[in-house]
Amino acid sequence: MIRLRLAVALAGVFCASLAVAQATDPRRSGYLEMGPALQKMQDDDTANPAMLFVQAGAATWAEKVGTAGKSCADCHGDAAVSMRGVAARYPAVTPPLDRPVDLGRRINLCRTTHQQAPALEAEGNDLLALSAFVTLQSRGLPIAPPEDSKLAAMQAQGADLYKRRQGQLNLSCASCHDDNAGRKLAGATIPQAHPTGYPIYRLEWQALGSLKRRLRNCLVGMRAEPWEEGAAEYLALEAYLMDRARGMPLDAPGVRP
Amino acid sequence: MRGVLAACLLSLLPGSVAAQQDSIPHSLSGQPGDPARGRAIVANRTVGLCLLCHSGPIPEERFQGNLAPSLEGAGLRSTPGQLRLRLVDARRLNPDTIMPPYYRTEGLTRVARNFQDKTILSAQQIEDVVAYLATLKD
Ligand code: HEC
Ligand code: HEC
Repeated sequence: MIRLRLAVALAGVFCASLAVAQATDPRRSGYLEMGPALQKMQDDDTANPAMLFVQAGAATWAEKVGTAGKSCADCHGDAAVSMRGVAARYPAVTPPLDRPVDLGRRINLCRTTHQQAPALEAEGNDLLALSAFVTLQSRGLPIAPPEDSKLAAMQAQGADLYKRRQGQLNLSCASCHDDNAGRKLAGATIPQAHPTGYPIYRLEWQALGSLKRRLRNCLVGMRAEPWEEGAAEYLALEAYLMDRARGMPLDAPGVRP
Repeated sequence: MRGVLAACLLSLLPGSVAAQQDSIPHSLSGQPGDPARGRAIVANRTVGLCLLCHSGPIPEERFQGNLAPSLEGAGLRSTPGQLRLRLVDARRLNPDTIMPPYYRTEGLTRVARNFQDKTILSAQQIEDVVAYLATLKD
């Protein structure tokens, strides 16, 4: 009995300190900037349009493809076990390459090397759906980029890009997302730009889209030349944003206006 | 003679608008601005872009920004010359400003191809906006 009371008391202290930690962390997911209707849409798996893609991704996970005739599940088994936490640590260095890649690229490495199947189209619905399915297995887990010198170099490059002014409007990412987050850019509340919810279903796109696509939208808004498809700059920004959001829980697949 | 002509031509280019201290006293286009056209430019979110950041007395535009002070009373606080300088290149007054340089193309990097070497507004559009802002006296 006493022991139980002690445990309850300890749990109370622990929860309180956790609540304090959260209350003092000024970082906010873009989820919190949305109205209650969109938050509800994201929270309800039967209403979140991204979940249709997740279902398609689950089917692809189980599909035998390529000359190897293997499915993802043949190697990885139950995704709920094997993929838990994976999306929370990408971009990361992964074999057979010796440099960081994003989750989509990692999936395609499995396609081409282990399944002996053609790579899925970058940004295409099949890869987005499979990425969303894999990312769902990390829902609620803290973002945890690995300690790695190659990744660190990429995070530093991203931090630099984030602060650099560019485009005809001469703005940096930081101009909006650090210095003016929470304010209104015309009708839109400027979020802090945490990549917690990707891939997202964006109502404006009427589609599931990647973080890269979101970054391209911001570049276009700044009237800056988007980097070409597959450019290292996107990966660097993604690595930096994930590091900046370290410890925040993944809330993917997100819904955004 | 040639030198004078070259200097005159140069002064028409965006890069060489003469600025005195905190003001550009003369019209960039040599023409007066039209306040009604200026209001339309300010209201238009793909032309002036002003209401992305500022609010202003333009009630029909519902979504206005709050990254910057309201444009209300701009004509009280500043002379037309001062307004013109702010629009041409607000970096002259505050190097850290986020207000875009509307009539300068230098000091910019990675400008999108379709906007390269173009100013955000033309000389006459700047004059129209200055004329409109100058009417905002309360
Ligand atoms: C002029 C302001 C502005 C600039 C500059 C800007 N953004 Fe954004 N960004 C926004 C707004 C506003 C949104 C919210 C999306 C919306 O509803 O349009 C957004 C959304 C985002 C998001 C999505 C956050 C979420 O919760 O889903 C990310 C990530 C992001 N921006 C990163 C960047 C990066 C990186 C840069 C620089 C390359 C950048 N932004 C430049 C205004 C800006
Ligand atoms: C990306 C944001 C942004 C945009 C777009 C923008 N401004 Fe500004 N503007 C600012 C900020 C911030 C200030 C405050 C002073 C400073 O930081 O330089 C300012 C200051 C001003 C001022 C001086 C304010 C005062 O109290 O007198 C005027 C006038 C002005 N802007 C007019 C305009 C007009 C007209 C447009 C469009 C043609 C425009 N701005 C577009 C951000 C912006």
